[in-house]
Amino acid sequence: MLGLIVVTAMVFLTIFARPVEIAGITVQPIALAPNDPQNILYLQDPSVGRYDPPSLNHPMGTDASGRDMLSRVMVGGRASISIGFVVVFLTGGFGLVYGAISGYYGGWVDEVMMRVVDTVFAFPALVLALVIIAVLGSGYWSLVAAFVFPGWAGYARLIRGEILSVKENEYVTAAQALGARDRSVIFRHVVPNAIAPLIVQASLSIGTVVIGVAALGFLGLGFPPGTPEWGTMLDATRETIIQGPGGSIPWWATVFPGGAIFIFVMAMNMIGDGVNDALDAQSNVDVGQGGAN
Amino acid sequence: MALLEVEDLTVNFYTEEGVVTACDDLSYTIERGEKFGVVGESGAGKSVTAMSLMRLIEEPGQIESGEIRFKGENILEMSEEEVRSIRGNEIAMIFQDAQTALNPVYTVGEQISEAIRHHLGYDEDDARDRTIRLLDQVGIPEAETRYSDYPHEFSGGMQQRAVIAMALSCDPDLLIADEPTTALDVTIEAKILDQIEDLAEEFDTSIQLITHDLGVIAQICDRVMVMYAGKPVEKAPVEELYYDPKHPYTVGLMSSIPRIGDTRDRLQTIPDTMPDLVDVPTGCSFHPRCPYAEEACTRKEPVLVDPETGHEAGSAPGDHAAACLEYTGDLTGGLDYTVEVQGEDPRAQLGDQRE
Repeated sequence: MLGLIVVTAMVFLTIFARPVEIAGITVQPIALAPNDPQNILYLQDPSVGRYDPPSLNHPMGTDASGRDMLSRVMVGGRASISIGFVVVFLTGGFGLVYGAISGYYGGWVDEVMMRVVDTVFAFPALVLALVIIAVLGSGYWSLVAAFVFPGWAGYARLIRGEILSVKENEYVTAAQALGARDRSVIFRHVVPNAIAPLIVQASLSIGTVVIGVAALGFLGLGFPPGTPEWGTMLDATRETIIQGPGGSIPWWATVFPGGAIFIFVMAMNMIGDGVNDALDAQSNVDVGQGGAN
Repeated sequence: MALLEVEDLTVNFYTEEGVVTACDDLSYTIERGEKFGVVGESGAGKSVTAMSLMRLIEEPGQIESGEIRFKGENILEMSEEEVRSIRGNEIAMIFQDAQTALNPVYTVGEQISEAIRHHLGYDEDDARDRTIRLLDQVGIPEAETRYSDYPHEFSGGMQQRAVIAMALSCDPDLLIADEPTTALDVTIEAKILDQIEDLAEEFDTSIQLITHDLGVIAQICDRVMVMYAGKPVEKAPVEELYYDPKHPYTVGLMSSIPRIGDTRDRLQTIPDTMPDLVDVPTGCSFHPRCPYAEEACTRKEPVLVDPETGHEAGSAPGDHAAACLEYTGDLTGGLDYTVEVQGEDPRAQLGDQRE
């Protein structure tokens, strides 16, 4: 429950942080964030410097270019969180259909389809993501692609296993015996009974994808430098962690974006665990993902 | 023309241990409005026969040869589309385990009306009305409110009734009941059997009743086929089968029915179990368990013959046929058993225990 509140609050904050424009039309006019995340403040207000510590005007301080950290953290959630949801939606959807077909038909169809899944599994996911970004260039949709491509296989395998056991139920034969088409047998009778572990897995994966996006951002891939995005922000302030003698570490530059990632992922995992308990889907989910309830 | 004619049906399952012949050269016919019983132990191929009629045999099973003519058309040669329009609509099935035959994520009413919408093209409201009427007919109280209940909110007997309603939803011409009452207690069983019988009469439906319970057969059926290891060993009108069983296996099955007032200490059983169908005994597949087996039985495979004449049995509905070498004159010792009829009516005698 706490997880749900935190995630909802963060999604809310990030959506209403700055106005949203689609094709030149403003669909969301509210701006909660005090500044434009791209504004270099000291150009307008000479009293603001680089790496100003947190103050009343700038509760999270400023970054290397004198931009307001609070605004950047708030807006930064947009990319991370939306990629998390989009990726999980796409991978879950594709994996569901793929695994359902494979598990339901069985035989050589299953054999071929599962070997494809094995091939995808053979690549280390992050390395594969790096390759895809290198090929497609950086940007929102290439990041999505980088996570979707290796990500669907896990869902496919999960749902296939589930369907193998569900399809043995007599109501599946009963549906066939009533003259239902394969398509309607699969998606009306088999899948609804097999989907619980997939939902649990999906809610846990959103957090994983957000971490992945941040990791790629931190490696300097993903978004162009300077974009307000949690991982990219961490990357930009990386050099501040190690200071020469006498230097002081501007902790706010790393703690706030890092903390945002931490809180979001933590809350997401708590939701996942909650969903797991609610749907009573055991076994398939990793134990010890943390989180109460 | 009979409603259903099965001719030389052979179904094989290709397993890792070898080829299992679940149905071996099986032939039978069901007339319109007739109630046909199929009896046998577990693994005799009863359910496989039923699934073949709907062409629902799954990997690694395969219908090897034969013809299944339904209203004169061969089901095995139909396109997938044509078979689908027969399933549920003209041939429907009542499943053994109602609890798993109902999908837990939909309401009972929804599951029944889905088939009605699909086959009969009813719209949402009409299908709902028809479903409620059906539920009412199979004896579910307050059908209207029960329509939107989920299967787990039904008791076992009501679930079975719902499954029957589902099978009857599109007025099928042939109803395959695969052990419809095995999971129920005897009082409910008797009620449900009565209901199936009444409904079949009302809707003018033929029934193929599959069971291992001779009492159930006695209560409902007109004709019986006894199956053993994928083969029919005896076919007869129900009264003849009970008064005058011709095959040792049938005799064995009947003598293992417990009777009220029986003074024996132990229930008589057929020794041993059904052979592994990967490796069926040579000759008559029943010979290792048959008390009258002779050397000839291990060599020669008996065919279904008329026990009176020893000639190959015809397929006329009233014929009695048994597959034992005795009737082709290959046995020297003969079959040494007598049938004692206690009471007047075998139906009453066997049916007694269930009512």
